[in-house]
Amino acid sequence: MTLFLNIAVDGIAYGMILFMISVGLSITMGLMRVVNLAHGGFALLGGTFAHWLAQENGMPFWPAAVLAVLVTVIVSLPLERVIFRRIYDFGDLQQVLATIGLTFLMIASVNLWQGSSLLSIPLPDSLKQSVDLGFRTLPVHRLVVIAVGFASILGLWLLLDKTLFGIRLRAAVDNRSTASALGIDTDWIFMAAFGLGAGFAALGGILGAEILPIDAYYPVRYMVLFLIVVAVGGMGSIAGSFIAALGLGLLETATRYLVPDVSTIAFYALVIILLAMRPQGLLGRAHA
Amino acid sequence: MKQIFSVALVAAITSAVPGVALAETIKVGVIAPFSGPFAIYGKQYQQAIETYVAQNGTSAGDHEIEFIYKDVGGPNPDQSRSLAQELLIRDQVDYLAGFTFTPNAFAVAPLIEQSQTPTVIFNAATSSINSGSEFFLRTSYTLWQVTAPLAEWAYDQGMRTAVTTVTDYGPGIDAEKAFKAAFEAKGGQVLDQIRMPLSTTDFTPFIQSVREQSPDALFTFLPGGPPTFTYTKTYNENGLAAEGIKFLGTAETEEVNLQGLGDEALGLSTAYHYSGAHDSEANAAFKAKLVELFPDAVANWASVGAYDGTHLIYQMVAAAGSDGPAAVKSALGLEWESPRGPLTMDPETRTVIQNVYIREVERDADSGLLVNREKGVIATVGDLGWDQ
Repeated sequence: MTLFLNIAVDGIAYGMILFMISVGLSITMGLMRVVNLAHGGFALLGGTFAHWLAQENGMPFWPAAVLAVLVTVIVSLPLERVIFRRIYDFGDLQQVLATIGLTFLMIASVNLWQGSSLLSIPLPDSLKQSVDLGFRTLPVHRLVVIAVGFASILGLWLLLDKTLFGIRLRAAVDNRSTASALGIDTDWIFMAAFGLGAGFAALGGILGAEILPIDAYYPVRYMVLFLIVVAVGGMGSIAGSFIAALGLGLLETATRYLVPDVSTIAFYALVIILLAMRPQGLLGRAHA
Repeated sequence: MKQIFSVALVAAITSAVPGVALAETIKVGVIAPFSGPFAIYGKQYQQAIETYVAQNGTSAGDHEIEFIYKDVGGPNPDQSRSLAQELLIRDQVDYLAGFTFTPNAFAVAPLIEQSQTPTVIFNAATSSINSGSEFFLRTSYTLWQVTAPLAEWAYDQGMRTAVTTVTDYGPGIDAEKAFKAAFEAKGGQVLDQIRMPLSTTDFTPFIQSVREQSPDALFTFLPGGPPTFTYTKTYNENGLAAEGIKFLGTAETEEVNLQGLGDEALGLSTAYHYSGAHDSEANAAFKAKLVELFPDAVANWASVGAYDGTHLIYQMVAAAGSDGPAAVKSALGLEWESPRGPLTMDPETRTVIQNVYIREVERDADSGLLVNREKGVIATVGDLGWDQ
């Protein structure tokens, strides 16, 4: 019984971290349909800014995190205007090449600025404590990640499904020229959506740093992880990413408790089976 | 033309008459990663070599020494081999050095055997490399050398049961075997051996499994960087230290990433051959010069391995110049005082015999930084993995 509780608790906590680090990608890649391999790069930038503010300049954790996310968004907007805008119309392969090139540029910049060692983001004491769950303890920061994860999915659902911005964004993605003809400022919409994606990438990078620590090679190291979540969730579906992240977190945790020696094989085999049965992902829409 | 002829003649004479000290320029080829995720190793080697040169000058005996650096990128045996070939044939190097990864060192064994080139390994820690060629000399350590003393020390401290959690790749499995063999030889019991996939990001399931078994000690081996960071955090957050499950490791708390681990690292105990906090004149002088030349540099096992390797090369050059077999012969049994403590080049295994220290992570009162404070010493350990 304890084993099942352990799997449930650790699986949800880990799944929520997976969701937080990949939700930005499901906005840019899922919703805007640009194969954005630079996603991890924005997470890296967010984490590096947070490290620089908190560790080197002694700023408290929360203000540093918020400021780092804002700075990442500010950096991403000119990038969108200058580079990504040209990438939207490329084929898939060209998008892959262009965005991975951008990722290498970000890695090299961070390496030059901060070196290649770990860039830790010091947590406040309130987040470092552990909560007693009766049968075991759980660190507070994981509970915070779970709470932020729920808040993010709720906020994004409201934003994308219930506001005018969301309606316009979906219209612009589905048919840009028609949307533009109807008077929607698609340039602005795309830029805002891209900034939103970059901001979530940075937030995920910072909150996930306890499990996936930030260093210059972060984007390459965890790229497969982001892509799996979005692929399993289904392109264009935030809810799909959410369910996929939790499911994958539970699955990976369960294989590690039950069959540690072959857990990686078991995990990827199950992902392959799932994608073979549902190539569009869990909640993906088939694109025309 | 005449000049080239006389240079060739001098070279011919020196190689034909070993022991005759004629002044010449000795070239040392250093193969290490200088770009990509492992670039830090190459950088540290180069800094350590330049520190040694700054302290001791560019000449050894009657000879001038020159270093040539080649970037191997990462664990890449083919590239390592072709770089060695290039260095030996085109640059005409007399010595090779570097080698962070075991496969890269293995790959050059046939070449150095053929060209009789003394090759000093700064890192690669698998025991069996040195049986690949008589010309390998190692100034780092082997996994058995630090792991077996750790297991014995743990038993002597009263720990009777242990669980091992190692990352599932070559060095991890070596460490697991070494720990189990030494711990059980003493009479201890290894309750469980968990092998964690190299791609593991969340270690909670493994740590919880260990907690359920409540052993006296938890031995672990992890590749440096992110996995170590997450693992030690998870160890602390799940309250294993409070349950009396002692953390035992080796390279996990190495100095380059130690500050990044933060307070979570406090109290972790490891057995290793070098601590940046080692209290000796040689270490103080080494660190002072290193930081003077490279203000951002942090001395760790990689820099000290390269520093001692450079010393060994200087000694060999002074004794035998470019004569490979004579140089190796002169190195065997050589003793010197290194920043890590006293060293002897073992004539049999060609890996240094050295002290292994039991350390605990503490916050230094003066600098406010985390250090590996030496708590005990297991004197003069040779390569225990040689016969395995």
